[in-house]
Amino acid sequence: MALHSAIKGKLIAVIGDEDTCVGFLLGGVGEINKNRQANFMVVDKNTAVSEVEETFKRFLRRDDLDIILINQNIADMIRHVIDCHTMPIPAVLEIPSKDHPYDASKDSILRRAKGMFNPEDVH
Amino acid sequence: MSGKEKLAIFPSRGAQTLMKSRLVGAQRGHSLLKKKADALQMRFRMILSKIITTKSLMGEVMKEAAFSLAEAKFTTGDFNQVVLQNVTKAQIKVRTKKDNVAGVTLPVFESYQDGTDTYELAGLARGGQQLAKLKKNYQSAVKLLVELASLQTSFVTLDEVIKVTNRRVNAIEHVIIPRIERTLAYIISELDELEREEFYRLKKIQDKKRIARKKAEAIQAQAIASGEATRYGANNMLDEGDEDLLF
Repeated sequence: MALHSAIKGKLIAVIGDEDTCVGFLLGGVGEINKNRQANFMVVDKNTAVSEVEETFKRFLRRDDLDIILINQNIADMIRHVIDCHTMPIPAVLEIPSKDHPYDASKDSILRRAKGMFNPEDVH
Repeated sequence: MSGKEKLAIFPSRGAQTLMKSRLVGAQRGHSLLKKKADALQMRFRMILSKIITTKSLMGEVMKEAAFSLAEAKFTTGDFNQVVLQNVTKAQIKVRTKKDNVAGVTLPVFESYQDGTDTYELAGLARGGQQLAKLKKNYQSAVKLLVELASLQTSFVTLDEVIKVTNRRVNAIEHVIIPRIERTLAYIISELDELEREEFYRLKKIQDKKRIARKKAEAIQAQAIASGEATRYGANNMLDEGDEDLLF
């Protein structure tokens, strides 16, 4: 890791539906950098899967991001890309959205830990 | 299994000592690595249980946050676009620290406030209280998520390291130690073989000597019997039993 980026605080990216994004932006995670690139993406029902995938990959390439938050229903759309991401940084976190409750059995990370714990423990 | 081969080494005492010390070294390395794997595994389980509790907690926190968003929308009216368009600088940022477990560095994220609130004036007209509550809820959600992210990162890193360590433990246990043991057995058998050869040679020489001595004795006995020589043979003057001289 580059030294200066360790000193400089890193950002949290959000990929989610409008309400999730608005919530986290109000929480104060949003930033638009010099190239007018935002660290969040609003996905609605008209957004193409390829577009989400593209954005997610771009977020992975950015070195000023440490954590990527993504709604679980959107993560399901690009599950293969998320499963391919095995590096520890940036950490990809799946969060529940307003109208999709959280399902632990779908989580990429928890699926890797399958067999080590009982999935029923989560509920 | 590529098990039958042994190390290419000349069987000698020196090589045997070398192999013995290597075997001891391999065994010590094996036990150390095993201990490391156990320590990592313990930490791993701990993190896993923490992740599970935090994930379920996250569900609740997010639900509450989403509910407060709905509340704020109800009082303030729709402010989604205003918020989405007015993004400038991040207020919450993440710092990385390093944690060390059995020689493995794990990143630990830590969120901190940086700069001022961009949406200070949002909800000025109405619904200010709800908006403040909303912000607070989402900030605590972010805090929890950052914690979860560091747990998850540790989880991924540890998973990887545990795999590598276990692979090493197994390699030492099932490949390296047997190979050294086979080499040792080979050296010992070769050395034994050499020893037997040496023993056989010694016996052979002893036999030869005994035969030669018997022959010489027989010749001498014959000579005595025929009176060609005195009983004491060709005496050496040193062999005469002089009396001890006492001064």
